[in-house]
Amino acid sequence: MIRVVLPPPLRILAHTGPEISVEVQGAVTQRSVLDAVEHRYPMLRGTLRDQDTLRRRPLVRFFACEDDLSNEAPDTPLPAEVANGDEPLLIIGAIAGG
Amino acid sequence: MSGVRVLVGTKKGAFTLTADGRRKNWEISGPHFAGWEIYHMKGSPADPNRIYVSQSSGWFGQVMPRSDDGGKTWQTVGNKFTYDGIAGTHAWYDGSPHPWEFKRVWHLEPSLGDPDTVYAGVEDAAMFRSTDGGQNWEELSGLRKHDTGPKWQPGAGGLCLHTILIDPTNPRRMFIAISAAGAFRTEDGGATWRPINRGLHSQFMPDPTAEVGHCVHRLAMHRSRPNTLYMQKHWDVMRTDDAGGQWTEISGNLPTDFGFVIDVNTNEPETVYVVPIKSDSEHYVYDGKLRVFRSRTGGNEWEPLTKGLPQKDCYVNVLRDAMSVDSLDPCGVYFGTSGGQVYASADGGDSWDAIVRDLPAVLSVEVQTLA
Repeated sequence: MIRVVLPPPLRILAHTGPEISVEVQGAVTQRSVLDAVEHRYPMLRGTLRDQDTLRRRPLVRFFACEDDLSNEAPDTPLPAEVANGDEPLLIIGAIAGG
Repeated sequence: MSGVRVLVGTKKGAFTLTADGRRKNWEISGPHFAGWEIYHMKGSPADPNRIYVSQSSGWFGQVMPRSDDGGKTWQTVGNKFTYDGIAGTHAWYDGSPHPWEFKRVWHLEPSLGDPDTVYAGVEDAAMFRSTDGGQNWEELSGLRKHDTGPKWQPGAGGLCLHTILIDPTNPRRMFIAISAAGAFRTEDGGATWRPINRGLHSQFMPDPTAEVGHCVHRLAMHRSRPNTLYMQKHWDVMRTDDAGGQWTEISGNLPTDFGFVIDVNTNEPETVYVVPIKSDSEHYVYDGKLRVFRSRTGGNEWEPLTKGLPQKDCYVNVLRDAMSVDSLDPCGVYFGTSGGQVYASADGGDSWDAIVRDLPAVLSVEVQTLA
């Protein structure tokens, strides 16, 4: 299972706690994890990435293993620690504004 | 006994306030959707238990909750708003072409007869329709593709379609308003549109009487007179009696003719309410006094309504979707402020009470009259 930590506004929307788990078939990438998250929690569609272009929303960031992965290509494999469930993929609402 | 339910959208969540027909004791529910901006929420006239909500965030975009039980529970429905065809461009603040981009839903207008049909006014200005309870949205692109579309420019709040009025005698006839393009009318259910801005005069425009470009803040209609519309423009309060063929100024003795809200008494089609706001940069009530102005003559002659409203050291704003009326007699009038108060009058505006204080800044107020 892949562990994903959601930002607080999306926990409210998805009626979850801070961390969720999803099953991913095949390569563990940003795209495959987000596909699985949106499949299990359809209310999150459009909140992380544009529904047409699948581009990351500008103020949504992805971190794992202390690295900012936000600008990695969607099909780049995530770190092995995420793929084997030792570490979560952190979805962060960027600190912006005052 | 009849009752009312007030739907309040704020910068940080939604609240519902309910009372019986006396409108004295209020029960408050919320915050719903805590932390999210609730630009608008509105119940279906055909099924008051059906409530649509626009929930959005600068981080996470647009979400569309819906309730089928009067706000007790909510489900998330469709939030995919895709412009029809090649989106093209509108005019940016400096006049240069700027791509049309969906940002949020400003206003939801449920059909008068079908709880599953609902219209959405969005930024960048366009109108969408759902006929399946909000699951799927289709653009009524004849509006955005009007010949004047490439000339539309955003107002300070964005290029937003913020008002949708449906003619109760002919649901294929609708009126909408866009900041800062102006007012438009359709006679064919939204397929084609015509600008209805003759008589408007906007000093800030190179051609003050141009066909489009007017910063209309709000339109209001009395259900018994669908040819009569009232308008709060950026400056000027206006009315038309021929469905927008010609507008006439009715600002009369108002202390300032800038404002956002305008509404009509349910039982008196010539009784109109506005809240004058000091502008151009302050955007709070005039002279530190929160005053609703009422005209019982369809405009021009206005009286300040002050009983129960703060009359010193008050510097709040009342935004364009933040006033509503109920269908009781006497008519109840409700409005919300940027300071988080919702004021209600159960006597047509003669006296007011804060039915809730200290909410987040209020973005919208709608009222449902319940049997």
